[in-house]
Amino acid sequence: MAREMTGAEIVIKALVDQGVDVIFGYPGGAVLPIYDVLFKQNKLRHVLVRHEQGAVHAAEGYARSTGKPGCVLVTSGPGATNAVTGLTDALMDSIPIVCLTGQVATHLIGNDAFQEADVVGITRPCTKHNYLVKDVNRLAKVMHEAFFVATNGRPGPVVVDIPKDVQFAAGKYAGPDNSGHKTYRPQKKGDQQAIRKAVDIISKAKRPVLYTGGGVINSGPVASKLLREFVKITGIPITSTLMGLGAYPASGKQWLGMLGMHGTYEANNAMHDCDVMINIGARFDDRITGRIDAFSPGSTKIHVDIDASSINKNIMVDLPIIGDCAFVLEEMIRIWKARSIPPDKKARAKWYNQIDEWRARDCLKFKSDKNVIMPQYAVQRLYELTKGKDTYISTEVGQHQMWAAQYYHFEEPNRWMTSGGLGTMGYGLPAAVGIQMAHPKSLVIDIAGEASVLMNMQELSTAIQYRLPIKVFILNNQYMGMVRQWQELLHGGRYSESYTEALPDFVKLAEAYGGVGIRAEKPDELDDAIKEMISVDKPVLFDCVVDRTANCFPMIPSGAAHNEMLLGDEGVKDGVSEEGKILV
Amino acid sequence: MQQSQDIETHTISVLVDNEPGVLARVIGLFSGRGYNIDSLTVSETEHQKHQSRITVVTTGTPVVIEQIKNQLERLVPVHRVMDLTVMGQPLERELALIKVAGKGEKRVEALRLADAFRAQVIDATVEHFVFEITGRSKKVEQFVVLMEPLGLVEVARTGVASIMRGKNST
Ligand SMILES: Cc1ncc(C[n+]2csc(CCOP(=O)(O)OP(=O)(O)O)c2C)c(N)n1
Ligand SMILES: [Mg+2]
Repeated sequence: MAREMTGAEIVIKALVDQGVDVIFGYPGGAVLPIYDVLFKQNKLRHVLVRHEQGAVHAAEGYARSTGKPGCVLVTSGPGATNAVTGLTDALMDSIPIVCLTGQVATHLIGNDAFQEADVVGITRPCTKHNYLVKDVNRLAKVMHEAFFVATNGRPGPVVVDIPKDVQFAAGKYAGPDNSGHKTYRPQKKGDQQAIRKAVDIISKAKRPVLYTGGGVINSGPVASKLLREFVKITGIPITSTLMGLGAYPASGKQWLGMLGMHGTYEANNAMHDCDVMINIGARFDDRITGRIDAFSPGSTKIHVDIDASSINKNIMVDLPIIGDCAFVLEEMIRIWKARSIPPDKKARAKWYNQIDEWRARDCLKFKSDKNVIMPQYAVQRLYELTKGKDTYISTEVGQHQMWAAQYYHFEEPNRWMTSGGLGTMGYGLPAAVGIQMAHPKSLVIDIAGEASVLMNMQELSTAIQYRLPIKVFILNNQYMGMVRQWQELLHGGRYSESYTEALPDFVKLAEAYGGVGIRAEKPDELDDAIKEMISVDKPVLFDCVVDRTANCFPMIPSGAAHNEMLLGDEGVKDGVSEEGKILV
Repeated sequence: MQQSQDIETHTISVLVDNEPGVLARVIGLFSGRGYNIDSLTVSETEHQKHQSRITVVTTGTPVVIEQIKNQLERLVPVHRVMDLTVMGQPLERELALIKVAGKGEKRVEALRLADAFRAQVIDATVEHFVFEITGRSKKVEQFVVLMEPLGLVEVARTGVASIMRGKNST
C-alpha cells in the first residue's frame, strides 16, 4: 500500500526493503535530510568513511565478499566527484553498487549553485545506469529499479542523484515488486542449441582448456559449484583470470594457476596450445590475451558471457553463448551426463603429460635470501600461516597484487577482492573495511604496497572507529615496484619518480591512528610477526620490509604472445618489441 | 576466426524510452568508444508510450557494427535495436533546407535544377531562394554540390529518417 512519507524517508525505507543492512557514506549539505532520517532509525547501519572514494571501495569489498549489492551515500558536488574513481572501478569489475548522491535543489540545478556538479553527466560513462529524481513520487520506484539494474545481468554501479527539495517533499512510497524492468531484461538462459553444440565440441577436444573469469564469481556460489562439477566430470584443466580466482580451488589437481601477463607458464602455454578453449565469464581482456594475432592461434573458442557486448570484442570466437554462466553450466552438465561421452583417453593423457612438463618448469620459484625478506616469500608465509582460517584477502595495485595472486591460494569464491579492470591503487584498505563490516569475525587482510596504501590510508581511522580489526600487510619495497619493473625492462633503468622518499614510519602511523604497528625486517622474524598480527584484535599496519628490486615473473611483455613469456631476469633485455612499448 | 575488415554503412534504428538524458547516453556511447556517427535523428514517435526513435547511420567493420548494436542494446532505457540495413533495403529520407543567393543566369540555373530535383521554393527575394528538398541522402548531397557554384549560402539538414518496407512493424 502506498502511503505518504518524505523523500528522505522513502530513501531509507527503500534501502531497508531491499535488504540493505549497512551503508557507507559521508554527510554534507545536500544529504542532510537523509542523514536526519538515518539518525532516527536503527535498521540500517551507517559507516562513516574518511573519503568518498573509500566509501565506494568499502561497498565494493562488502559486495564482492557477500554477493549482495553495496550501498553508498554521499553529498553533492565534491562528495559525488570523489566517488567517481570507485564507481569506475565497480563498472570495470562488474560490482553491484547503488550510490546515492545528494543534489542541489531542483530549482537551482544548472545555476552553478554551491556544491553543484552535473552528477548524472559526470557519472554517465562510469555507471551502468544513473538517475536524477526530480519528482518525489518517482523516488521509490527509481530506488527499487536501481537495485534491479545494479544486480541483474552483468552487475554494475548505479547512481541515484536526489535533489535536496525532493528529500524534503512528501510523496508516496511503494515497496519493491517483482515485475522486472520494462526495458532492461538481460538474457539469462543460454541458447539450447548453442549449448548442445558446445558440449559436442568439448567432447571431441584433444587438448581442451577452461578459462574462467569474474563472471563465475558474480553469478554466485552456485556457479562455482557447477564449475567444479563440470571440471570434474569432463576432466578438463582449468585456469582463471585475476578476477576469477577461487571459483575453482587452487588445490584442485586440474588447476593450472592464473593466466595472463603474470600468469603461470603452464596456464599460458595451455591457452596457447589448446585445441578447444572454453571461456566462462571472462572477457578476453588485453592483460590476458597478450598479442591478439598470436593468441591461441589453433583453437576453437567457446565464449559464455551474460553480456553480448563482450562477445567478439577483442577476440573472434567460434561459438558464443549469451547467458548467466550458472544456467549455462547447469545445462552443459546435464547434457554431458545424459550423453555420457568418454573423452579420448589417449589424447587426454598426452595433454596432461605436456602440462606436467610445463609445470616442471616451476615458474613461480624464486631465489630466497637469508638476510632479506623476498616479497614472494612473505606472501607464501602469510598464506601458510592463515590458510586454515576463515580469511578474506584484498589487495592494492602493483607487484604485491600479482604476488598475492600467485602465492596466496584460494579455495573458495568471494574470498579475493582486488581491483582488476581499473587497477586502482588505494582500493585494498577501504575494501577491507567493507569486507570486515560484512564478516566481523573473519580474518581480513589487505596485501598492500607502501605506495598504494597511502592513497586511502585515512580509512584506517574508519577501521578504528568501528573496531574492524583489518590487517594491512604492506610489502614495503620503497618503490612503486611495478612502475620500477617496467622502467627497468622498457626504459633503460631510468627510475623516474618511482622511488618514494620520506615514507612514513608505518608502525608509528598505525599507533597514531590508534591501531597496532608491527615490523618485520629479516626472514627469521617473519613468522612470529605474522602470528602476532593475526592474534591482535585491532587494526594492524604490518610493515614487511622486503627486497627492494625484486621483479614479478613470469611476465608476458606487452606485445608478446603467450608462449613468449619471461620467466626471470634473464633474457629480459630483448624481451619487449618497439611495438610493445606503446602498450601499457 | 577471421572477419572481414571492409567498412560498411548501416542504418540502425533504436527505440528508446523518451526520458531525460537518453540521447546523451547514446551519443556518449558512440564518442566514448570511438564509433562513427554519419547521421543522427531523434524524435518522440509514440507519444502515449513516451517512446522515441533514434536513427543512426554509422560506418564500421562488421565486427564494430555488431559491437555498436550490442552496446546500444545494453543501455537501460533502450527497448529495441534494429539494424535496418541487415533487415532489408529500408526506406530512407532526409530533408534539407538550402539557401542560394545570386543573380542572372546562375539564379535561373538554380531554379531549373531545383525543379529537376523536385525541390520547392519556400522563401525567396529577388536575390535569393530557400529550397526545401526531400530524398535519400545521396540525392540531397548531389543537389547541394550542384548549388555550390550557383551561390550556395548555407544548408540545414535533418539527418536520415528510416523505416522498413512492407506492412509490418519492425
Ligand atoms: C591511482 C593509481 N595511480 C597510478 C597507478 C599506476 N601504478 C600501477 S602500480 C604502481 C605502483 C604501486 O606501488 P606499490 O603500491 O608500492 O606496489 P608495488 O608495485 O611496489 O608492490 C603505480 C604507480 C595506478 N595503478 N593507480
Ligand atoms: Mg612498493
